[in-house]
Amino acid sequence: MSKTETTITPEVIRAHGLTDSEYQLVLSIMGRAPNLTELGIFSVMWSEHCSYKSSKKWLKTLPTTAPWVICGPGENAGVIDIGDGQAAIFKMESHNHPSYIEPYQGAATGVGGILRDVFTMGARPVANLNALRFGEPDHPKTRHLVSGVVAGIGGYGNCVGVPTVGGETNFHASYNGNILVNAMTVGVANTDRIFYSAAAGVGNPVVYVGSKTGRDGIHGATMASAEFSEDSEEKRPTVQVGDPFTEKLLIEACLEMMATDSIVAIQDMGAAGLTSSSFEMASKGGLGIAMDLDAVPQRERGMTPYEIMLSESQERMLMVLKPGHEDKARAIFEKWELDFAVIGHLTDTGRMVLTHKGAVVADLPIDPLAKASPEYDRPWVAGVKRPVIAAEEVPAFPVINALKTLLSCPDLASKRWIYQQYDHMVMNDTVGRPGGDAGVVRVHGTAKALAMTTDCTPRYCLADPHEGGRQAVAEAYRNLSAVGARPLAVTDNLNFGNPEKPEIMGQIVEAIQGMGEACKSLAFPVVSGNVSLYNETNGVAILPTPAIGAVGLIDDVTRTASVPFKDAGDSIILLGETKGWLGCSLYLRELCGREDGAPPPVALHREKREGEFVRQMIAQGTVTAVHDLSDGGLLVAVAEMAMASGLGATIRGQKNLPAHAWYFGEDQGRYLLTARPDQATMILEAAQRAAISARVIGVTGGDALTVESEGAISVAELTHLNEGWLPDYMAATDANA
Amino acid sequence: MKSLKAAVIVFPGSNCDRDVAVALEAAMGHAPLMVWHRETELPPVDLVVVPGGFSYGDYLRCGAMAAQSPVMREVRARSASGTPVLGICNGFQILTETGLLPGALIRNAGLKFICKDVFLTVETADSPFTRAYTAGEVVRFPIAHAEGNYFADQETLDRLEGDGRVAFRYATPDGAVTEAANPNGSARNIAGIFNETRRVLGLMPHPERLADPLLGGEDGKPMFHGLVEALS
Repeated sequence: MSKTETTITPEVIRAHGLTDSEYQLVLSIMGRAPNLTELGIFSVMWSEHCSYKSSKKWLKTLPTTAPWVICGPGENAGVIDIGDGQAAIFKMESHNHPSYIEPYQGAATGVGGILRDVFTMGARPVANLNALRFGEPDHPKTRHLVSGVVAGIGGYGNCVGVPTVGGETNFHASYNGNILVNAMTVGVANTDRIFYSAAAGVGNPVVYVGSKTGRDGIHGATMASAEFSEDSEEKRPTVQVGDPFTEKLLIEACLEMMATDSIVAIQDMGAAGLTSSSFEMASKGGLGIAMDLDAVPQRERGMTPYEIMLSESQERMLMVLKPGHEDKARAIFEKWELDFAVIGHLTDTGRMVLTHKGAVVADLPIDPLAKASPEYDRPWVAGVKRPVIAAEEVPAFPVINALKTLLSCPDLASKRWIYQQYDHMVMNDTVGRPGGDAGVVRVHGTAKALAMTTDCTPRYCLADPHEGGRQAVAEAYRNLSAVGARPLAVTDNLNFGNPEKPEIMGQIVEAIQGMGEACKSLAFPVVSGNVSLYNETNGVAILPTPAIGAVGLIDDVTRTASVPFKDAGDSIILLGETKGWLGCSLYLRELCGREDGAPPPVALHREKREGEFVRQMIAQGTVTAVHDLSDGGLLVAVAEMAMASGLGATIRGQKNLPAHAWYFGEDQGRYLLTARPDQATMILEAAQRAAISARVIGVTGGDALTVESEGAISVAELTHLNEGWLPDYMAATDANA
Repeated sequence: MKSLKAAVIVFPGSNCDRDVAVALEAAMGHAPLMVWHRETELPPVDLVVVPGGFSYGDYLRCGAMAAQSPVMREVRARSASGTPVLGICNGFQILTETGLLPGALIRNAGLKFICKDVFLTVETADSPFTRAYTAGEVVRFPIAHAEGNYFADQETLDRLEGDGRVAFRYATPDGAVTEAANPNGSARNIAGIFNETRRVLGLMPHPERLADPLLGGEDGKPMFHGLVEALS
């Protein structure tokens, strides 16, 4: 053991985020006191971020299987079968804490990390998405954070050459001190060329490739597992720095390498760097690793074993190769001008033995560390159900004015300013560009396409985490159906506050239960995911935000649907039931300044039936446009279809409902379809046969949106309002800047 | 008719190499050669394409390092002997850094990366790249760049204009060359230029991105078909 060791005092243990009982567990596993390097390894491996110790018990309840699931949670990303010997591999992951501290690099490395999770498994990344939540626009930091995060996502994704095709952006005061940056990558691989992380073959070489290891990001995983306080910005040195150019080379080198038969196992170095990658590979294979830290390519001089093991330098991978394949592999990585080093070999000891400058500096049992990490059944309390708000209790504002307010509110305003900074077309397969219900990306060289979306309505989740969890899944299902894609599977990114608080733990439990119900009912399993807890600043938690990323398959890329109206004279059909649910709606928040009431319930049995019906109509080519109804309700959806096309519409009222409830209620399970009048009749008949509520509510045409008995507004003015807010906001200067 | 041979140069960080190869293959009926930047010799080819992307991460200056690549010496030599060279986006930046085209591409006036469709006027049909268009025609190509703001001194700009070497200009959908239609602040709305012989074209917009109706348009297709007709 190294002689000049820091003494392990209670302060040092606490600084590593380990509780007293966790440290007692460390002592019993080790049979002695750990040295600092070993303590650091325990600390990151048992951090919430790496161990899921608060959420594991509940995550296990989610449905994860289906005939088309090739690999569910537990690997770097989920894998689903998309036919013809091909698989889609995808995952969503948070980079919340780093992005708040250093928005550009935090967001950029978030994209880099999720890309690596996907190409580690043998997939070429084909699309990125991102779900972003910022604080209220008036908060002095928001503009700077939006600017930095968007530039960081673009800076990384554009350079690696993977299109960013979708996502969502919300603003709410609860994110003032804890923004959320959730990045998703979708890749495509051949099913016979999928790579896993379980090490195998005693004696096989353990190889390090990619960038050199520096002192950046040490203890990022521990930082991501603690609440923020006023001095959090002092943690800037724990944020990693991204190099998308190296990532691009790493993608090409790894895919070239994967086309050979040299790789036994491969794992990217993400959170907790070399520590978690080596422990995970060894643990999954039931083996040990002997590693020589002097062989690790290093960017800085004098790095300690502690720093080498805990560094979160980006763009690095760990591989186990077949014996004798080192030279072939080295040649590929040298061609791409990347570091390549054999840093160890597999052993049958079940231990991680690290040497540095000729001495053993750490000797740890692998399984107890990786598999016996603490698992908590944290106390939780169910949220108090909120009363249902009747439409009659909500003030009715003039409909056209209300529409104008909604279309220019931060959550509904066009996000063009954001997605124009992302290359969403590179790779030349983007069939459905950002701004629609889901991104649509052709599977290269085939006639099929993948559809993808991210969804969550955090205000519903706060009001009722169970219903909110169901709604997030159902909305993703709807968005995929709306482009004609068969929804296949889900990745979840669970963002919550401090799980040690029973009411926050209650949000986690209930949201997972709600998601699980919806996933089960819709045959929409969870195949990968990520948990981000402790999203609190000075004791105030974010809105519970279980972001859902979802992927669906379109068999024939020519049979898809999009949001814009296509022709004047088309009938506009509303599918689904409208009761005029204004509780928890954007109307209530933006016009009445209220965030109360129960959220709209989701009827899962109907969701499935309606989704299937919409997909069938699209596949038959009977509809000309499709849009799902979500935030803002019916009239907002009509306006979005009009703005996307420049074509107006005339919409009829509904006798049995107050106008504001009909136009702005957020009842779930609804779609708008347009079709030629003769086709519309057929669609209504088919809907009736399928026991789905459907009716014609208007007709397309003209250059204005005309609302029966309420007035009219030109599409140009709607567009001006909708497109104006975000660029104007970003162009303004902060009073405090 | 002999079959056209084209080479696409691949630098570390190129990322539109496959995209342009697909567009070329659709026009030529067979795949182009993909040539790694370390090659010092090009096989006999009728067309060289320098694709878009972030060669060398755009570190130092866009295109500056790629311009020093071994293969670019050979591209310069081929160009000197009359082989047409097409540079798209980062390829255009590389061609200016290499000296095959005058001027420079600097940071967009709005300082941000922009990805969207733009409208262009085709300034002349008198080149192997634009022969399948008509002069004055308006086409829609996407742009995706942060450094696409074409800059040159007045004398160079006047010479380019005088020699009819402006290939494309940013315009409104009706073909009006206006300040509002200029997405990046380019001098005189210039989106693409030729060399003296009109055998080298550099342009910031991506014709290969709208050469397939499924992707939303085919305005880029005539460039590749025109090259095949001209060079086969």
